[in-house]
Amino acid sequence: MNSTQKNLLHIENLVLHFKTTSGVVQAVDGVDFELDSNRAVVILGESGCGKTSLSKALLRLLPRNVEKYSGMVNLHGIDVMTLSDEEYRQSVRWVGMSLVPQAAMNALNPVLKVGDQVAEPAMIHLQLSKAEALILVHKMFQHVGVPLDFVDRYPFELSGGMRQRVALAMALVTSPSLIVLDEPTSALDLLTQANIMNVLKRIKHELGTSFILITHDIATSSELADEVAIMYAGQIVETGDAKDFFPAPLHPYSQMLMASVPRLRSESDPMFITGQPPSLMNPPKGCRFAARCPFRFEKCGEEPPVFQKGNRKVKCWLHE
Amino acid sequence: MNTDTITELRKANKMTVNIEEPRETLLSIRDLHVWYELRRFGFGRVGNVKAVDGVSFELAAGETVAVVGESGCGKSSLMKTIIGLNIPTSGEVIFDGKNLAQLTNKDMRSYRFEVGYVQQDPYSALAPFMNIEQILEEPLIISGVKNKAERLQRIRKVMSEVKLHPADDFLTKFPHMLSGGQQQRVVIARAMILEPKLIVADEPVSMLDASVRVEILKLLHALQEKYNLTVIYITHDLSTVKYFSARIFVMYAGNLVEKAETRRLLDNPLHPYTMALLAATSDPDARNAETYKEVPPGEPPSLVNPPRGCRFHPRCAQAIAGLCDEKEPVDFEPEPGHFVACWLYQPK
Repeated sequence: MNSTQKNLLHIENLVLHFKTTSGVVQAVDGVDFELDSNRAVVILGESGCGKTSLSKALLRLLPRNVEKYSGMVNLHGIDVMTLSDEEYRQSVRWVGMSLVPQAAMNALNPVLKVGDQVAEPAMIHLQLSKAEALILVHKMFQHVGVPLDFVDRYPFELSGGMRQRVALAMALVTSPSLIVLDEPTSALDLLTQANIMNVLKRIKHELGTSFILITHDIATSSELADEVAIMYAGQIVETGDAKDFFPAPLHPYSQMLMASVPRLRSESDPMFITGQPPSLMNPPKGCRFAARCPFRFEKCGEEPPVFQKGNRKVKCWLHE
Repeated sequence: MNTDTITELRKANKMTVNIEEPRETLLSIRDLHVWYELRRFGFGRVGNVKAVDGVSFELAAGETVAVVGESGCGKSSLMKTIIGLNIPTSGEVIFDGKNLAQLTNKDMRSYRFEVGYVQQDPYSALAPFMNIEQILEEPLIISGVKNKAERLQRIRKVMSEVKLHPADDFLTKFPHMLSGGQQQRVVIARAMILEPKLIVADEPVSMLDASVRVEILKLLHALQEKYNLTVIYITHDLSTVKYFSARIFVMYAGNLVEKAETRRLLDNPLHPYTMALLAATSDPDARNAETYKEVPPGEPPSLVNPPRGCRFHPRCAQAIAGLCDEKEPVDFEPEPGHFVACWLYQPK
């Protein structure tokens, strides 16, 4: 494969704007990225940068107040944005890509047994009988490390970590080639987090699934990342290989974000970024990070294009 | 109650302090147990949740300590007992020479003025219908500062301490108009406004973004140094601890399993549980993706029926059969100032 066209997912100029009483919120504003199969990309960003809106835009789980929803989402070579809602539901969601939403462990239906809940997408999308679907559920529970007798339990009988695994099994049961994980570990304890990351690595290894991991937890994200995309104020400002990114980020925002991570195994003093991200209602002209950037110069008043640096991309005039 | 009585109380408390000690002990906790009764259908006892089960430690004035543990290990119960929201089942909490259990309601009130509490989630800790001025004024009114001008002056002072300036821009704002970091500053300002001796910070940065987190920790640290505050920092994130506290207590299933100076504990963890916690903490590094993490099997035990002997033994790879599953370990001191409740360190 070449570097310009990767074969699993290709997103170009994805836009999702919301209408509110006080104006238009540009939550996702021209996002491009690509992903190969059996790779994991981590989308890092602070709260309010549009990460969750991006996951909703990918899965087309839109609220009512959408102002603008456009761009190209190419999955397996098909532009899914051209499909109607019903076609999308039948052929893309769950089957092509599935979502583990934020705090998924609290999103399970409290009055259904977890086995039945996990079986449901398989029954609907793969047209399986309940017995067949349950066999699949057993297989998925083994992959994610849930004891098989938990099939007949209710969500309240499970711990947070186990519920998160169940949510993950549900996303896996239709065997999609891509799973979007929105903050999969943020509400979990340290050891449970490490366990879930182990499970994700094993699934990636055994089933060849690709992941889009959306998180603000930079340290934990490095457990899974093959590639990293940094999101700031609705835009992706840098993408690159994890091996290149973690030691030496290019964009000033990525550099400052990485410097703000407290580290256990190093003596460096963490820094913080002064100021706040701009409002997405009325983002500044030009580079959106300019107001907080220590390296800004005259050119930053114009919107920077995306510059290619080797196999990395960065949206910053410094790398012209 | 007015300010004079509080100052008098403070003076009276000072006199009970043992002057022989080089550093004044501010808080001392002796064999503390906090159990919650479990009832079936609202009556009929079926057992106890032993949230804190035999915790002892001492804190000197001006000392900072981090209590590290996973959710459900009892760290919030411990903290609530220290700030006087829980009544201990047995054991003693002695603050500045006074036993909390023996305080009258009136004294308890003045005790609460000496302890500040920084909540985990700033947004739910601030009343949405009060503006910042009202939020910060309330503790002053309750503690008996009658003069409006004095109250306003103290509000401005504390706001400049937490770097919410210019203060006038913030006074009339409501919590939802502030960012997460600013909200947390208001919470810290509220905890500081009565000039307490002890601050209990319950995961003060876990809800904040990475770039703001360090800023808030540094602010707390600066305030601690400036006012020689005693701070109990409750957290699950070991990577932030070393920027903040001098000592670390590791808590597991209601017990403190390891107590040591921060540097010593991070460089040379002794308890198998501490080792597991440290191993599970990641630093951002692309090489992480190539290896699996070592995680002890299983989950923390139920606090209703904790395992016999050491509570970590069912998950511990180094458990000694016949000892760890029989007898509860006591605190050993393999190196000076480093306490660990684990049979592996029993002197030969």
